Amino acid sequence: MMGKALPHDAAPLHVSGAARYVDDIPVPAGTLHLAFGLSTVAHGDILSMDLSAVRDAPGVVAVIDDLDPMPDCSPSIGDEPLLAVGRVHYVGQPLFIVVAESHLAARKAARLGRVEYAELPAILTVDQAMAANSRFENGPVIWQKGEIPPAPHTVSGSMEVGGQEHFYLEGQIALALPQEGGDMVIHSSTQHPTEIQHKVAHALHVPMNAVRVEVRRMGGGFGGKESQGNALAIACAVAARATGRPCKMRYDRDDDMVITGKRHDLRIEYRAGFDDDGRITGVEFRHLFRCGWSQDLSLPVADRAMLHADNAYFLPAVRIESHRLRTNTQSATAYRGFGGPQGVIGIERVMDHIAHTLGMDPLEVRRRNFYRAMGHAPAPAPQHPQASTPELTSQAAEGVPHSAPKPDPGTAQTTPYHMPVEDFIGHELVAKLAETSDYQERRKAIAEWNAKNPILKRGIALTPVKFGISFTLTWLNQAGALVHVYQDGSVHLNHGGTEMGQGLFQKVAQVAAGVFGIDTAQVKITATDTGKVPNTSATAASSGSDLNGMAVKAACETLRDRMAAFLGERHQTTGVAFKDGRVTVGGADYSFAEVAALAYQARVSLSATGFYATPKITWDRLRGQGRPFFYFAYGAAVTEVVIDTLTGENRILRTDILHDTGSSLNPALDIGQIEGGYVQGAGWLTTEELVWDDKGRLRTHAPSTYKIPACSDRPRDFRVALWGRPNPEDSIGRSKAVGEPPFMLGISAFMAISDAIASCGARYPALGAPATPERILKALRHV
Amino acid sequence: MEIAFHLNGTPVRLDAPPTRTLLDWLREDRGLCGTKEGCNEGDCGACTVMVTDEGGAKALNACLLFLLQLDGKAVRTVEGIAAPDGTPHPVQQAMVDHHGSQCGFCTPGFVMSMAVAHCTGRTDHDDVLAGNLCRCTGYAPIIRAAQAAEGAPAPWLADSAKTHPVSVDDLAAAYAARPDATLIAGATDVGLWVTKDLRDLPDPIFLNRVTDLARIEMGESIRIGAGVTIAALRDAMRDVHPSFAEMLRRYASVQIRNAATIGGNIANGSPIGDGPPALIALGATLHLRQGNARREMPLEDFFLDYRKQDRRPGEFVEAVTIPRHAPALRCYKISKRFDQDISAVCGCFNVTVEGGIVTAARIAFGGMAGIPKRATNVENALIGKPLTADAPFEADFTPLSDMRASADYRLTVARNLLRRYVHDLAGDPVSVLEVQP
Repeated sequence: MMGKALPHDAAPLHVSGAARYVDDIPVPAGTLHLAFGLSTVAHGDILSMDLSAVRDAPGVVAVIDDLDPMPDCSPSIGDEPLLAVGRVHYVGQPLFIVVAESHLAARKAARLGRVEYAELPAILTVDQAMAANSRFENGPVIWQKGEIPPAPHTVSGSMEVGGQEHFYLEGQIALALPQEGGDMVIHSSTQHPTEIQHKVAHALHVPMNAVRVEVRRMGGGFGGKESQGNALAIACAVAARATGRPCKMRYDRDDDMVITGKRHDLRIEYRAGFDDDGRITGVEFRHLFRCGWSQDLSLPVADRAMLHADNAYFLPAVRIESHRLRTNTQSATAYRGFGGPQGVIGIERVMDHIAHTLGMDPLEVRRRNFYRAMGHAPAPAPQHPQASTPELTSQAAEGVPHSAPKPDPGTAQTTPYHMPVEDFIGHELVAKLAETSDYQERRKAIAEWNAKNPILKRGIALTPVKFGISFTLTWLNQAGALVHVYQDGSVHLNHGGTEMGQGLFQKVAQVAAGVFGIDTAQVKITATDTGKVPNTSATAASSGSDLNGMAVKAACETLRDRMAAFLGERHQTTGVAFKDGRVTVGGADYSFAEVAALAYQARVSLSATGFYATPKITWDRLRGQGRPFFYFAYGAAVTEVVIDTLTGENRILRTDILHDTGSSLNPALDIGQIEGGYVQGAGWLTTEELVWDDKGRLRTHAPSTYKIPACSDRPRDFRVALWGRPNPEDSIGRSKAVGEPPFMLGISAFMAISDAIASCGARYPALGAPATPERILKALRHV
Repeated sequence: MEIAFHLNGTPVRLDAPPTRTLLDWLREDRGLCGTKEGCNEGDCGACTVMVTDEGGAKALNACLLFLLQLDGKAVRTVEGIAAPDGTPHPVQQAMVDHHGSQCGFCTPGFVMSMAVAHCTGRTDHDDVLAGNLCRCTGYAPIIRAAQAAEGAPAPWLADSAKTHPVSVDDLAAAYAARPDATLIAGATDVGLWVTKDLRDLPDPIFLNRVTDLARIEMGESIRIGAGVTIAALRDAMRDVHPSFAEMLRRYASVQIRNAATIGGNIANGSPIGDGPPALIALGATLHLRQGNARREMPLEDFFLDYRKQDRRPGEFVEAVTIPRHAPALRCYKISKRFDQDISAVCGCFNVTVEGGIVTAARIAFGGMAGIPKRATNVENALIGKPLTADAPFEADFTPLSDMRASADYRLTVARNLLRRYVHDLAGDPVSVLEVQP
């Protein structure tokens, strides 16, 4: 089962409209609907709040504006009151809760509040925050490895990198169903059910065992449902407690974009020294993150940017200074890559800048700076990369020996945080991709084409990614599972991971089916439920399959071992095999269902938990030293673009990707993550622009003004292949995590645009992100 | 008001409140939750449904569709396209087989856009799906699914419709009597007053049954009724004014173009509507009607100031007339994203060059002023000389900065679009959309 390109388990439900999301759950009669009244100023003291018109509005049942103590929504340090207390910190901050008979009535009434403020100066920009020393933590976090030596050449620059709205298609939503004795059941669209449980319990002043949270699926998450769903669940629980009625809250799209946090934008300042061959001798980065009004997850996000400031390159001497600035804007939060993309784009800019300075092919500069190759005997020849079309096969995942070659720590170079890079495959992977994509020939052809075309210009770039897999908060690297085998042989599967579209449930079901030797159709995938598996980590950091797959494997093996022991005793032999839905022992041959029935009758427990904790990892965050990652996932992309030098309009023409998912658990789902991650990453750096005005109001708060890639924005010619070699580390099925790493392949689109601009002049383009037509035109003037 | 229509093959009769949307009704009253709300403003397509009227099956956004617009029509939702025996529709099966869904929330909308295209035989999938946003897949597997489903039979989907037409004379009389009524044609703009501004519309007059307002008369000049949808206009322009048609291809999305009308695009007076600059460049004449009184004017004269038009109480746009021949017309739409985006700048050029000298010029822009505006100083500077890209745009325009573009970018691009026009007429490649991989 592992390695098969099965469709998403819910695909037949998705396409028929039968897949149930929180807003589709039939609710009891009398269910109430909530909406927040929002702050209209970015920073100020609330002088008065007249909510009489809100209370008098049709359909309003209650208005909640004063809770003592005020519940907290923060995932980190308790600095996010559910409703503003005395002072508001951004435009869109919730001030009061309307509880009404309908969603529309609540929304209408929420606009009727009359609030007077004494406005305070708002800190909106990086420069304002630095000038005011407005920040989280006492000062910047600084990691240094070695002393930066003098160098024959240097480049330096500053780059603005925009944020990104998650734009999950299903907006934030929660439903609270009050139970007997003050208990509460919550349905939430969240990546982190345990966090919802914890925060709701805290708000209701009940222990966690009084709150049960269920999540069947999300309509997209991308990190935006790691902490940003807390407020809705807490508001629903508080209102349900107050009214005794079920309460539901969902943000309208505009409210969702105005209230919730997004990817951190930042300024990256860099200075790099290098030799005549383009090899870096030392590099300094300064990251200036705009974190918004609350701390949220900003510290680990900014840490991860530092942890990826090297990307795939060995930096002999490096200094990284990271400022986490407090601003009067939405609280920037987790977003696919979790700071990694912001770190990676900095060093990719440096590589590009060095190449431009030396007049070299940027790919050559990149290769010269790569980490040393994985130190093992010659690897087996890569299998023919899997094509994403016309048909998917499991050739990469099946038939590959699980005995991976041993890395040699003696020769490994270390990252800026002193972790040896023992599994580096960038050289071979990039060589293969450069060959299959005809990179060199196309680069030449593009130069010739550009010489003949005065208005339209093409560009091409190849960028790699090396992404660290594990939560940097080490104790989050654990997972639990609960598996039942019923007496008819059907299997009930549960684990701590959540399904947001990535296909986690199907991958894990394949693991379970594989252990039992049965078809996935016999495995019932069930909603994530804090009552079944407790103390779960967020489904984040690409960790879902790695952690939960292992926990499920452990639970299933426990059950299989029990059944095998029972059968072995019955047949007085030890060789019990589970395969193709059959169980063979001695000369006997049973169906899996028969074994389940026999085991039940023999009073064998057919329910088991499983648990997994990632081995080998240690991390000292403050010193910036250790082994924060179990392993690295790799990939590379070549993107070709065309730009219009009169308008800045641009198009991705072709993209070739070769990506490392180890021995894939499901090549179809992995390719889906790669294609989708690439397009989302390219969107971050091209069309997706968040614009705040000088009052701190987000002007791009709906799809009419905020433009994620549309259908025709995908590469015209899109070729995705899997690298297909097993993970040297003992991960689930020797696979590698795939949720976040491909996102950073979108950087190749940005660098290709920069390449096209560079063809129009002698100076370095110094393109800012996102590369909207306007920024491209600006860079064209600069070169 | 009582209406009757078919829902997934079953007759429905109900008394519909004026501003109840099909989306809310499906989800809240009928429990048909397959149709999703992603944005409630017609930009994401998660609520796409199939609506069949006399013109055939169309994809429409249920969030911007009032129940009152459905009288006599047939609606299909994602729950209603499988075969009677439960076999999935070919596009549904293809989406499963080609891994076209991940989180699944946008999927019903995609499936419905694909089912309509499948039904009508369209295979321009990028355009068909421009109004459906997906955040997970990167679209590639969805396109593979759409291609795989081409031509597969689905004979069970055959809805018909019978609406009761209303004459334009009746409309004129009704509006003259109730000048404060809200005229609603496609509801792609007025719908937002309801879903986003949360307004009530006490006295709506729906135009969708005024069939004689939706006619195009092709002669030496072309008379386009105000009720002509953008989709129908695009079809009519394809051969006569291909550059205008190409711009209309990028006017919002299929779902919006199937609802929005050229009359609405003109009458609402938006400075960033894409219809008026092209029509002004063509030298369009606007026909207004109030009761039985009619008047006409050059279209550019209708736009007085930001959101202020030369329209009297009870007066409505009846039609617009354009010439049939304008071989030099070029329409350029510049936006952050190519599809389903609002123009930062829309520049339309129609310059006549005779014997190497410019003899006539009509140039109009959207996004450069508070109204769709003719560039008269630029035109005058060009006339009487060989065509060059040198013209005083700053004399015509002082654009604003907003979330779509800065004033500087707008002015620079306006100038550059004249350069593009010169190259375009000379036959040089000027569009990134025409570059092949």
